[in-house]
Order: sequence, then C-alpha cells, then structure tokens
Amino acid sequence: MAEVLVVVEATRELGVKKVTLELLTLARQLGSPSAVVLGGPGAADRLGAQLGEYGAEKIYAAEHEDIDGYLVAPKATVLADLVRRVQPAAVLLASSQEGKEIAGRLAVKLDNGLLTDVSELAPDGTATQVVFAGSTIVTSRVTRGLPLVTVRSNSVTPAPAPATPTVERLDVVLGEADKLARVLDRVAEQKGSRPELTEASVVVSGGRGVGSADNFKLVEELADLLGGAVGASRAAVDSGFYPHQYQVGQTGKTVSPQLYIALGISGAIQHRAGMQTSKTIVAVNKDPEAPIFELADFGVVGDLFKVVPQAVEEIRKRR
Amino acid sequence: MNIVVLVKQVPDSSMDRSLRSDDNTVDRGSASNVINEMDEYAIEEALRVKEAHGGEVTVLTMGPSQATESIRKALQLGADKAVHVLDDALAGSCAVATSRVLAAALGQLNPDLVLCGAESTDGRVQVMPHMLAERLGIAALTGARKLTVDGSTLTVERQTEEGYEVVTASTPAIVSVWDTINQVRLASFKGIMAAKKKPVQTLSLADLGVPAEEVGTAGATSEVVSHRRRPPRSVGQRITDDGTGGVRLVEFLAAEKFV
Ligand SMILES: Cc1cc2nc3c(=O)[nH]c(=O)nc-3n(C[C@H](O)[C@H](O)[C@H](O)COP(=O)(O)OP(=O)(O)OC[C@H]3O[C@@H](n4cnc5c(N)ncnc54)[C@H](O)[C@@H]3O)c2cc1C
Ligand SMILES: Nc1ncnc2c1ncn2[C@@H]1O[C@H](COP(=O)(O)O)[C@@H](O)[C@H]1O
Repeated sequence: MAEVLVVVEATRELGVKKVTLELLTLARQLGSPSAVVLGGPGAADRLGAQLGEYGAEKIYAAEHEDIDGYLVAPKATVLADLVRRVQPAAVLLASSQEGKEIAGRLAVKLDNGLLTDVSELAPDGTATQVVFAGSTIVTSRVTRGLPLVTVRSNSVTPAPAPATPTVERLDVVLGEADKLARVLDRVAEQKGSRPELTEASVVVSGGRGVGSADNFKLVEELADLLGGAVGASRAAVDSGFYPHQYQVGQTGKTVSPQLYIALGISGAIQHRAGMQTSKTIVAVNKDPEAPIFELADFGVVGDLFKVVPQAVEEIRKRR
Repeated sequence: MNIVVLVKQVPDSSMDRSLRSDDNTVDRGSASNVINEMDEYAIEEALRVKEAHGGEVTVLTMGPSQATESIRKALQLGADKAVHVLDDALAGSCAVATSRVLAAALGQLNPDLVLCGAESTDGRVQVMPHMLAERLGIAALTGARKLTVDGSTLTVERQTEEGYEVVTASTPAIVSVWDTINQVRLASFKGIMAAKKKPVQTLSLADLGVPAEEVGTAGATSEVVSHRRRPPRSVGQRITDDGTGGVRLVEFLAAEKFV
C-alpha cells in the first residue's frame, strides 16, 4: 500500500496535537500512514508512542536545530526531498497557519496543486471544503501532482489503531534560502490548561454582551466546567475584553467543535463564518431577534449574567 | 525603501457570495467587491513605514478590470502608484499560478519590502506570502501583529496559536499582517484628489513573460468538481428565561451528553 505522509504538529506540554491524530486516522483510509516529524534535536523520540497508537507504520524524523531556528522554509525543503523520494499517495497537513504555509511552499517546489481547509478526503482524492462563511459546500481535487491537502481540525474523529512504527532519520540538507527568517524568541501567552481553540470539542465564546474583560471570567468558568476552550467575537476583542488569538470568525479562527456556546453574541455573518459548522450550537442573548438564534439548537432569550451563573451552579450540583 | 503592497479584490463578505454555475469559479461579477480587509492593514503599515523611513509605496494587484476600484482606494489612502496585472487568460487561476504571476511582477518592481494581508476572505488560503518567498528566494515573515524596521533589518511579532514568535530577516522580504497590527486611516479629501493623478500601470501576461497556458483555468493545478448550498440548520428549541433558563440550558446539555 502506498505511503501517505502526515506532517506532525506537536506542543512541548501536550505532545502530538489532536489534529495530527485525526490526520493519521484519515490517512489509514488512503494508504499506509507515515508520520513526518520536523523539529529540533530529540523532537521525534517523545512522540513515537502516540503516533504508533494512532496507526503510524513509519516515522520519518528530521531533527535539526535549524528547523526550529528558522521559519517554515526548512520544513518545506526537507518535506519536498522526502516526497520526491518516496512518491507518497498523498500529503496531509493540518489547516493551521503553519500547515498551510508549509503546504504553500511545497506546492511551489513540486509544482503541485494544493487544497486547504478540507473537511473530507475520499480515497480517490476528492476533497470536500465548506466555503463562504459556511454557506457553500465544494468538492474539488488536485489536478497536477499528488493530493496535497490541509485538513481542518475536528473533521475526523481520531481513532486508535496501534502499530509499531519503524523510525527513519532524515538528513537535513538546507540551502541559504531556507535560513532567511530567523526565530529569535518564542513567547507563550496565558492560556492555562484549556485546550487549543481550533482543536477543542467544546468552545464557549463571549461577545460584546459580556461587557468587560473582567466579566470574561464567567465565560472561562463555564468553559472550564465543560473542558472547553474560550472564544470571543470581534467586538469583544476590539473592546479589549479578550486577546485577538481567541477571535472566532472570518478574520479569526474557524472552529468546528461538538458544542459551541455563544454568550452575548449577536451572530453577525462574519462571526458565523467561524463557527457555523459546529455540531451543536447553544446561544444566550437578551435580544430575541439576534440572528445567532437562527443557528442555535438551543437558545435562551435572557440576561447572560443571570442564566450563566445559574447554569454553572447547576452543572456543579450534578457532579 | 521601495515598498510594494499586495492588494486583492474580493467579494464583500457581508453579502451573499457564490460560485458560478458554469465554471465553478468565484462569482465576481454579481458580487459587490471590496479590498480584502486584511490588505487594508497592509496598506496602512506600508504608509507608516514610508512615513518613518522614506521611500515609495506601490500597489500591486492581479485581478479583473473592476479591481481598479480597489487600486483607486489604495491610492487615495496614500500609495504612490499602482501596477495592475490584467489579462483575460488569468480567470480561474489557482494559488500556484497566482503566485507565479505576482512573483514575475515583483521581479520587475524589485522591492525591498513586500507587505500583504495574512489571508484573503474569499479563499482563506493563507499561502501567498510563502509561495512568493519561495519563488523569489526572499524571507517571509508571516502573520505579523507588529513590524519594526531598523535599516535593512525587519523584526516581526508573529502571532501563533500559543502566543507569538519574534522573527527577523534582512530586506528584501515579504511581511504578511493581521488586523491587530495597526488602526487603518480614512482617505482624506486631499488624498482623494491626489489619487486622480497617480500613475496606474497595466501589465499583461506577455509583459511579464508568463505563458498564458500556465495560468487561469487552462493551467490550474486543482479544480472545483461541484458545489452546492449547504442546507440550512434545522430550527432548534428556544426558551425565554423565566428564572430557570440556566437550569434548562444544563438539562439540554445533559440530554446531549455534554454534562
Ligand atoms: C471584514 C469583516 C470581518 C469581520 N470578522 C469578524 C470575525 O472574525 N469575528 C467576529 O466575531 N466578527 C467579525 N466581524 C464583525 C461582525 O460584523 C460583528 O460586528 C461582530 O461579530 C459583533 O460581535 P458581537 O456579536 O459580540 O457584538 P454585537 O453585535 O454588539 O452583539 C452583542 C450581543 O449581546 C447581546 N447582549 C448584550 N448584553 C447582554 C446580556 N447581559 N445578556 C445576554 N445578551 C446580551 C445583545 O443583545 C447583542 O445581540 C467582521 C466584520 C467585518 C466587516
Ligand atoms: N490576486 C492577487 N493580487 C494581489 N494580491 C494578492 C492576490 N492574491 C493574494 N494576494 C495577497 O496575498 C494575501 C494572502 O492571500 P491568500 O493566500 O489568497 O489568502 C492577500 O491578503 C493579498 O495581500
């Protein structure tokens, strides 16, 4: 069976990201999954067990300080060499900023088409994308080269399928052009122990109706009780209630969790663009005319400062 | 500093957008078209760099004839001149082909700094800056929420999932920006008047030396096979809070197995 390359995303604290486990699950339907770890020295060792658990038959480990030390380009160069050599059936990456960036460079290097933000991929290479603020479903395919695809988080349910991967170390041969954008520092900003916004299966978002940065504690409290991530509307971000990286919507993150709870969010089209494909949507808003109710599976017309504390208390009581 | 800003015209995201039924490409004819929002922040940043360090700002756009409206707007805001890549053969170009064309145009303009949006609202592909950097062999500092220029050294705060990265490169380089990087200005009356006299150069594929069969629908590296409207979500349950709204919300969550 032909190999399917899965480019691994991982964090220092949590190991392999959920989206990578989803990609491995998807890859198993297309061929034999090979995980590609691109990182600094020692990056692959601590990830092997998790990658094997989700079916990686093989792990390609490219470890070099320049991969961490420079932005994106070294990863694309190593990956392009690998693709030329093993001629995989497909290359899958996460539809994260970096996943798309690597894919873009790879497409140019290999003169290969690419598809981004894919939610389904059939064995024949036909991809499904939801576009235009969730209003339109498109099927598409790469017509030049192999399927080079970035896949949205939460599109596939990750399922374990234990394998014992063989590990192959890759030579990292970089050129001058790979070392132009040097990383001076990586700074983590407050997030606590919450899951990442795009990966979370529950997202609780607050809008202008939350009223202040301080009041966002209420949003966080509900999110934490449900094991979810916190999101925000643009109005909330622009008002300084919550940092920009948590913005959901057209100019923020696209999320597709099992459960999305919108608190004090009107549901403007640009906000809906980022959350419309969530499985279950719950809204609390005091305006019965708010467009968010058109999407909500369960809507409460009411004051969030009454409804949410009561809900929080009720969840605690049930535990 | 010779600065080029990439500006893309896109269908207005607050209006209904669609694909054409004949060739499955974005319907740009019937949509109301605007400057891609993120590109407005790139224009603003270009103007600020010019104001602080001197130089010239050129707008570069590839798109159909109505894209001149977006060019005009950028000139009104303060860009000095514009280059419009306009050719019927470009219709239906994929990202790979678009990067080929824009790279050829940038090759002629020879900029020190290229500024662009982090992503476009129609495709949301987020690939153009790295594709261009790859083709031109220059650095790409993407996803900037802050840009510092010190002589020929550029330093960027790059927004990431976990926080941010501080990334640096020497010119020439391409920098893509998020809407957190600045506050955009409005065009002044003086700017609007001055824009009328600013030069707009139109380049064809032949001018750029790019073969027509390698771009547009003919040269596309991917294709849309079909498209359909996503079915509307079924109407859910709605209650008005009578003092038990929070409890009933949790009852719903429990029924759906979330608590
Ligand atoms: C190009 C472009 C891109 C954009 N991108 C995004 C994007 O990525 N993400 C995004 O979110 N927006 C985006 N927007 C902005 C979008 O159009 C809306 O302005 C924004 O989503 C509104 O945020 P909001 O719902 O929090 O605020 P509002 O529209 O002001 O709604 C606040 C809601 O809170 C309710 N409320 C107030 N107090 C209470 C209370 N005590 N209890 C219950 N309910 C209460 C009100 O009834 C109201 O419905 C974009 C706009 C443009 C033009
Ligand atoms: N046809 C185009 N003309 C000019 N600039 C473009 C074009 N397409 C993309 N860009 C630039 O590249 C950025 C990222 O676009 P994208 O990769 O399509 O999401 C945009 O914000 C623009 O600045």
